[in-house]
Amino acid sequence: MKRLFYSIPIMMTAALMAFRLGQAQSTLPQPPTDDQVNAIAKELYCPVCENIPLDVCGTQACAQWRELIREKLSQGWNEAQIKQYFVDQYGDRVLATPPARGLNWLVYIIPPVAILAGVYILYRAFQSWKQPAPEALPQETQPSYSDEYVMRLEEELRKR
Amino acid sequence: MEHTSSQVSDSSAEARKRPRWGGILVWAGVLGLLAILALGLRRAQQGPITVGDKVPNFSLTTFEGETINLTDLKGKVVVLNFWASWCKPCEQEAADLEAAWRYYQPGGEVIFLGVDYVDTEPEARAYLEKFGITYPNGPDLGTRISQQFRIQGVPETYIIDKNNVLRSVQIGPYRGYEHIRSTIDPLLGE
Repeated sequence: MKRLFYSIPIMMTAALMAFRLGQAQSTLPQPPTDDQVNAIAKELYCPVCENIPLDVCGTQACAQWRELIREKLSQGWNEAQIKQYFVDQYGDRVLATPPARGLNWLVYIIPPVAILAGVYILYRAFQSWKQPAPEALPQETQPSYSDEYVMRLEEELRKR
Repeated sequence: MEHTSSQVSDSSAEARKRPRWGGILVWAGVLGLLAILALGLRRAQQGPITVGDKVPNFSLTTFEGETINLTDLKGKVVVLNFWASWCKPCEQEAADLEAAWRYYQPGGEVIFLGVDYVDTEPEARAYLEKFGITYPNGPDLGTRISQQFRIQGVPETYIIDKNNVLRSVQIGPYRGYEHIRSTIDPLLGE
């Protein structure tokens, strides 16, 4: 009876602790998945291995960068904050898409302008093909030396 | 007949007189673009700082938060070493660089600066601790310093004399402690 008297509060305390532990575990943030890390990594390029996106680059430097992204995600940083961190650390060239400022604007402006200019040139070319040549004068008004020559020739032949 | 031909000649003359704004704009755009390309090419062909050139100023913010400017180091020989924690050849020379720094430090005539290239801070700090490096080290923020020197990789070491003139470039790791000293010692007497 005495043993039961002591064991009941111990069991209750243990149950309570187990419950609290479970509760605490369920509220812990989940570690970022590889997909979450790669979603950001594919938007970045490491200057060491140019032209290879960070998500598929196999070098140790890039592996460290991916771990850094994972760490920042687990700290609650969002994609924009992480990208800005990388830009601050390593410069604009780490970004897959150049930021629209300074001379970078040309990258965004030139292609649509070139396409529009091409469309306009094509439109003008088609228009000129449709229209009859304005310089072409009516045939009867043009002096036809060959006809005159033939007529004179025929007349001469008739005379003979 | 005469009337028709005069009409045609009038319209062609009118077309010649009409300002071709579209054409002017296109040509202006093309010329502008060529100018930008030329500037870019010129910048690309400027090349790295070569031995004998005056080194432009740069700032290095160390991992401890101290900012070091090259111009403030005039009168000292500067050993500028580019490294990274992921770089295996850097490990070959790390201990020798530290030994050389400890040799020159008491004299105060030589300063060693470590520039951590495209690295992550925890790994960089671990690297410095592993090799017991005590001279100032900091990240190459925005890869500005490495772009200024146009480094090809790491490790690379640039030795700048007391007048901020580049005197020696070491691509790849030093062969050893003596090799480092043999490049620095001749500059001390100048």
